Amino acid sequence: MQRSFERPQTLEQAIGLLEKHGDAARPLAGGTDLLVQMRAGLLRPAVLVDLKGIEELMSLELGADEVVIGAAHSTASLRENADLVALFPGLLEAAELIGSEQIQGRASLGGNLCNGSPAADTGPALAVVQAVCEIAGPNGRRTLPVAEFLTGPGATALGVGEILVSLRISRPPARAADAYLRFIPRTEMDIAVVGAGAWVRLEADGSCAEARLSLGAVGPTVLPVALDALVGGPIDDAALATAGEAASAAARPIDDKRGTIAYRRQVSGVLARRALRIAADRAAQRS
Amino acid sequence: MSKLHVETIINGEPVEFLCEPHTSLLDALRNEVGLTGTKEGCATGDCGACSVTLDGRLVCSCLVVAAEVAGHEVTTVEGVAEAEQLHPVQQKLLEHAGLQCGICTPGFVVAAKALLDRTPDPSETEVRYWLAGNLCRCTGYDKIVRAVLDAAAELRA
Repeated sequence: MQRSFERPQTLEQAIGLLEKHGDAARPLAGGTDLLVQMRAGLLRPAVLVDLKGIEELMSLELGADEVVIGAAHSTASLRENADLVALFPGLLEAAELIGSEQIQGRASLGGNLCNGSPAADTGPALAVVQAVCEIAGPNGRRTLPVAEFLTGPGATALGVGEILVSLRISRPPARAADAYLRFIPRTEMDIAVVGAGAWVRLEADGSCAEARLSLGAVGPTVLPVALDALVGGPIDDAALATAGEAASAAARPIDDKRGTIAYRRQVSGVLARRALRIAADRAAQRS
Repeated sequence: MSKLHVETIINGEPVEFLCEPHTSLLDALRNEVGLTGTKEGCATGDCGACSVTLDGRLVCSCLVVAAEVAGHEVTTVEGVAEAEQLHPVQQKLLEHAGLQCGICTPGFVVAAKALLDRTPDPSETEVRYWLAGNLCRCTGYDKIVRAVLDAAAELRA
């Protein structure tokens, strides 16, 4: 099949192209995963459908109730929005960890999700703020929570012709905040050994009203960890120890060059404690 | 296979070129436009040797499809100096011996200039993190970091 490069200006055109060409076509956002996979010969799409001409995928709206982030909006540009960073510091911590400045100039939250890597940094960070994926396709629109959007290594819930349009996140309520931590053997330019997203909402008296934790790189997709035991009590060392044990128990890592199963289980607990501590401290400052 | 006709702005000048639909911007710059200052290191976005700016944003040109730049603005290392007058980043790299083999240098120049355009007074840590996507196997980085900090000081003066 003859190679082509398409730059649709509307979602309808893009959906039509992806539907028409099926497996022969791939949507292109920042290209920081797709073009690498093509160069390695892992993917050989004949048709590249560049989504960056579609306004809705490039937009960023900070509404009164929710924030809508276009799926192809670059992470470098997201980081420059001080209001967004203030609202979701944890999400931006995750976005900031995706590759170099050069990669950040192109990479997007949507692309990171659609690539479906179990080690993706945005997965746990988006899951704990309960981001919703807005999807458009041949049969109209639908929404899915991030945890349901990611279905396995390299796999998502997107059907033929469907496009992830945006991520919708409710503004945090009072005394609530997120945090994200990743462990890698150096400080930049690596892939998570373990990633941990945390979200905490406090009562006026400082006790825990809600706590959420999601782990990355220790399961086939983002792994939620139940923290019901923390609700109602103070977020102190004992509570964090309980959360860390829950995280280590929930982790289902594999052995690979980045770490052993035992090592990743232990790091899961450590990162869980630290990320929850940061989220709780931030939440306390939002009283 | 029919080639695509791309009209863009490179280093402030209107440029037209022909390319295959999936050709990278890096290959188009070097082979179609004749701007060979931009180097290929890894071709997978890891080394930064092919750094250019696209609408002012630092990117790896190996991870941009050439056809994408139609209607946009690209700046390469050839656009950094003003005629014969080197940019302070270039001059300071020479003075600090911030290069040996030179393959990574165009990428460092473009990346460092992009940093200083945004952040006139970066800390050493900021310089090191900003340049983390540019790999150099000769210098050990210290001379490059010192050159960039010195260039920043000169630009502020």
